[in-house]
Amino acid sequence: MAEKKSLGKELTKGIIIENPVLRLVLGTCPTLATTTSVTSAIGMGISASIVLICSNIVISALRKVIPAKVRIPAYIVVIASFVTIVQMLVKAFVPVLDEQLGVYLPLIVVNCIILGRAEAFAGKNGVLASAVDGLGMGIGFTVALFVMGTIREILGAGSFLAGISGLIGGTFDGFKIPFLNENPMLIFILAPGGFFVYGLVMALSNKLAESKGKPKAELQGCEKCPMAKSCSIRMTDEACDKKEVEA
Amino acid sequence: MTLNNKLVVSASPHDRSHKTVRSIMLDVIIAMVPALIASVIFFGPRALLVECVSVGTCVIAEFISRVVMKRGQTIGDLSAVITGLLLAFNLPVNIPLWMVMIGAVVAIVVVKQFFGGIGQNFVNPAIAGRIVLLASFPVAMSTWTAPLTWSAQNLDGLTSASPLADIHTMVTAGTTPDASLVEMLIGWRAGCLGETCAIAIILGGIYLIARKVISPTIPLIYIGTVAVIMLIAGKGNLEFVAYELLGGGLMLGAFFMATDYTTSPITFKGKIIFAVGCGVITSLIRLFGNLPEGVSYSIIIMNILVPLIENITLPKPFGTPKKKKEAKAE
Repeated sequence: MAEKKSLGKELTKGIIIENPVLRLVLGTCPTLATTTSVTSAIGMGISASIVLICSNIVISALRKVIPAKVRIPAYIVVIASFVTIVQMLVKAFVPVLDEQLGVYLPLIVVNCIILGRAEAFAGKNGVLASAVDGLGMGIGFTVALFVMGTIREILGAGSFLAGISGLIGGTFDGFKIPFLNENPMLIFILAPGGFFVYGLVMALSNKLAESKGKPKAELQGCEKCPMAKSCSIRMTDEACDKKEVEA
Repeated sequence: MTLNNKLVVSASPHDRSHKTVRSIMLDVIIAMVPALIASVIFFGPRALLVECVSVGTCVIAEFISRVVMKRGQTIGDLSAVITGLLLAFNLPVNIPLWMVMIGAVVAIVVVKQFFGGIGQNFVNPAIAGRIVLLASFPVAMSTWTAPLTWSAQNLDGLTSASPLADIHTMVTAGTTPDASLVEMLIGWRAGCLGETCAIAIILGGIYLIARKVISPTIPLIYIGTVAVIMLIAGKGNLEFVAYELLGGGLMLGAFFMATDYTTSPITFKGKIIFAVGCGVITSLIRLFGNLPEGVSYSIIIMNILVPLIENITLPKPFGTPKKKKEAKAE
């Protein structure tokens, strides 16, 4: 059913309507941890997106081979392989980013977004659709991180894109915001400020989605979840039972 | 809550209190006047300026956020004025005014209005404002000015350490704090605007208790808990206990901030748990923490625990069997 949707829709839904961070409330931990600066936010977003797209493709291609009962371990193995590859690449080519992200880079393995998309989408849809879904979700994740990182870095450190030269090379190394640079509101780069910003940006995205007639991202059971249509969690119990009976 | 229309057939309660939100808030403001006067005497006209900016920003922020959120106007209930005053009481005198404004906006908009306005805030707005400022601008928030240095005749020490820092070394190193106990009592010491003059705060507290605006349970048990723990920690040194009680924001916190209706438990047992918790956390932070002062953190932590405290201290309706677990009302 989902395959009937146009690929364009699969791509754009991840950015606002089903934004993984702001609407599905997935991947909260890396979001809060890596948005202290825009540079690390972008780095995290891109790394996770690459893993997401690759794992979506492979999982989707293998979806008929993987037995339903052991699908989670199988997904994890696929995801972990790609995370290892990405981590090695980052360590080799952008060591600055590796230092900034620290443990959160290997922790992409257990990132809810990636496992969530594997479970909700890639395990049920074709390769092309899954790749596009991964790309859209990856962009949505990166955009959310970028927005939060921008707010937190400008207010909390008084700079914007500081340390970007470590990521893209060159001599440009970010702006300094005149007044805030001398009087940064440190709370914004601490955890409480992260939660504040997260809550506010989430409220804003709720408002945006509401104006498009979509339900709010409140944790009120499956029906109100923006992912309700494609989500397999509700289905799994019944579907599993059926499959067991069939087997 | 007013008796505008007296000819209404209604369920109980039939005899209502004449207190309104506004009259209660007015009582609290009256109770804060002595501390306000003391702050101006000790820290000079700039103290009044900080207080005015804080109150003004709070009221304007409340007005604007109610307009933007398209909700009924609530600045008339004076709660924003109290938040502003309490926030100013928790700030040092030489803090830049724009920081005061940020604290006031955080207190009113983020903590109070985002959660639904008066009666809905999950923690005390003034304390949250102070903690945000403390976490954001640690230097400006802990640069203390010695009292009475604002007048030209007396320019002894311009900045000075908060006596609490001195007190902590009192037992371990055997030193004596700069301020004597009498000075501590009348407020002749460095500190936040409203916290220094213990007499003025106690006066305000007694007024509130006499007017039955607050019950004495929380302040007395809070201060008592700190006293007992400090007595043990100071190995029976009564002078140390007195310094700990008069130092920092304990009096202000116990009388004016821990007793906030919205963020303290309703039940008597709950109040005891709340106050003991505040006292224990304050003492632990003071004795073992990196920060010299723990009053605001202790109150905010217990504020968050209030719903849980109320759940476990829910009084049983008369006549219900002992063992049967009640379904949670509401």
